[in-house]
Amino acid sequence: MPADIAAFPGPAPVAVSPRRRHGAQIPGWVSWSLAGPSVVLLVLLMLLPIAAIVLLSFTDYRFGALEVSFVGLDNYVDLNSDRAFWRALGNTFTYVAMVVPASVFLGLLLAVLINGLTRGRKIYQLIFFLPVTATLVAMATVWKYLLHGTIGPFNLLLKSWGLPAIDFFSDPDLVLGGLALINIWSLAGFNMVLFIAGLTAIPEELYDAASVDGMENPLDRFFSVTLPLLGPTTMFVIITSTITAFKVFDTVAVITRGGPRRGASDVLLYTTYLEGFTYFRMGSAAAMTVVFLAIIMIFAFLQARVLDRKVHY
Amino acid sequence: MSKTRQAGAGMRYTLGQFASHAFLLALAFIFMFPFYVMLVTSFRAPQELFTPEFNWLPQVFTGAHYYIESLTATPVLTFMKNGVIISLGILLVQLLTAIPCAYALAKFEFRGRKLLFAIVIFALTVPIQVPALPLFLGLNAIGALDTYFAAMMPFFLSVFAIFLFRQSFKSYPDEIIHAARLDGMSEWAILWTIVVPGSVPAIAAFSVFSLTSHWNDLYWPMIVIRSNELMTPPLGLAYFADSESGENYGALMATATILTAPLMLAFLFAQRQFIRGITMTGVK
Repeated sequence: MPADIAAFPGPAPVAVSPRRRHGAQIPGWVSWSLAGPSVVLLVLLMLLPIAAIVLLSFTDYRFGALEVSFVGLDNYVDLNSDRAFWRALGNTFTYVAMVVPASVFLGLLLAVLINGLTRGRKIYQLIFFLPVTATLVAMATVWKYLLHGTIGPFNLLLKSWGLPAIDFFSDPDLVLGGLALINIWSLAGFNMVLFIAGLTAIPEELYDAASVDGMENPLDRFFSVTLPLLGPTTMFVIITSTITAFKVFDTVAVITRGGPRRGASDVLLYTTYLEGFTYFRMGSAAAMTVVFLAIIMIFAFLQARVLDRKVHY
Repeated sequence: MSKTRQAGAGMRYTLGQFASHAFLLALAFIFMFPFYVMLVTSFRAPQELFTPEFNWLPQVFTGAHYYIESLTATPVLTFMKNGVIISLGILLVQLLTAIPCAYALAKFEFRGRKLLFAIVIFALTVPIQVPALPLFLGLNAIGALDTYFAAMMPFFLSVFAIFLFRQSFKSYPDEIIHAARLDGMSEWAILWTIVVPGSVPAIAAFSVFSLTSHWNDLYWPMIVIRSNELMTPPLGLAYFADSESGENYGALMATATILTAPLMLAFLFAQRQFIRGITMTGVK
């Protein structure tokens, strides 16, 4: 399910009335009584756990163990020499590198084509958005069967057309591609909606101006008007898709469990999950989580920069 | 001269439309194919699944056989009940906590407001997988693992809701709030009877977002839920897809259909709210 990602702020409120806030005379305790429950939860569910995860990553804590000791940076040093961890990280980035370009391009293509239609826009939007709302775990079981090497309908179709079968989920070289396919399918419609929103914001006059300048070919107009003006939207969609793809978990947990063979589809969140909640090695799982958080923070920082530019734009 | 040119343009126009439709229809077919497979397989007898040729329609009529099997042999209805309880419970607490906080951030000056908002913005970027370990240890320490409470607790606060409602409340006219205050209304009464009704669209969109994400969530229930009676739809499906030997695809697809249906139907009935709610993380 795509993304509980940072929100996209609307245009800054323009009509700032003179800073006469009618609430200004309200005593502080009223404000704090309103915000209080959230503040308590914010501390308990977010700030303390983040502090705890950083602390844990410097210990050798194992779930259920009676003794804990500080081991400094040992967990990070171990991660650095852990081939399985690097493989999981590498797989995650390979996966992102497949999902992001395809889902962004497909989203843009769908948006442009649908936006140019004189009729039928709604029904196409509905169809392409449907995978976004579908419960991913349920659809993962469907995809597992659909792409099954021998009895899957996909391969039966290939065979009936005289083509060789492709066994995505038991071939270590294809498994990430198979998982990526599912994510592209479930993300393209989401990106399409964002692009359509971006397209409708482009003023019609710009296209009129382009026609006056003798630009008749729709492709010319696309590259000289549409694409440059969609720049900020595109950047935003790329980063959101990257974060979504980076958090891949459900399909791996349901379809491949990191397999086939040793770790062909191990990804960062799945490996961390196993380390922490199956092997109960909390210290090293915490270190992996810190690495995960650091990468997410980098993406979030980029996202914030893009948003800043878009607001000024 | 100019007339023929116009006609040419018109022709090219309709040709372009035609090409777009052809292309989109082909893609739509591919996008719908998994749903078709899910439905058609839930009506197929096992012997058909293991034959080497592909038929677009079931060859034998199985009726509701696999749906009945799914409903009676697996606790599908229990999963759905749990899904409803957990996602509604989360939403309720989220609204009760986020709305007052957003109101304070939107309309009042108070010490620490800037800091609080900065923390909210930071927390927006932190996914559940980050605090998961300590939250699990905490729940274990108070002996609350494997309960509805454990499944809901990490999501009681939605910084996203705070952020969104703050935006929405900000645009509510101060003059009306002030007039109500002069009439002697308390801040709580003003908030719930005046400001909140003015933000129903934002609240509805957030509710869709929250309900779908928690109905669909696998990660957290997988960590804290062990008993069958408490499993959510994704967890229950993942569990049963695994334990039931992979042979019974008819029942598995029937189960998948039943568990996917509520959200899909809701989406078909309230498309605009759904698209708005789910992509709200992307557009304003």
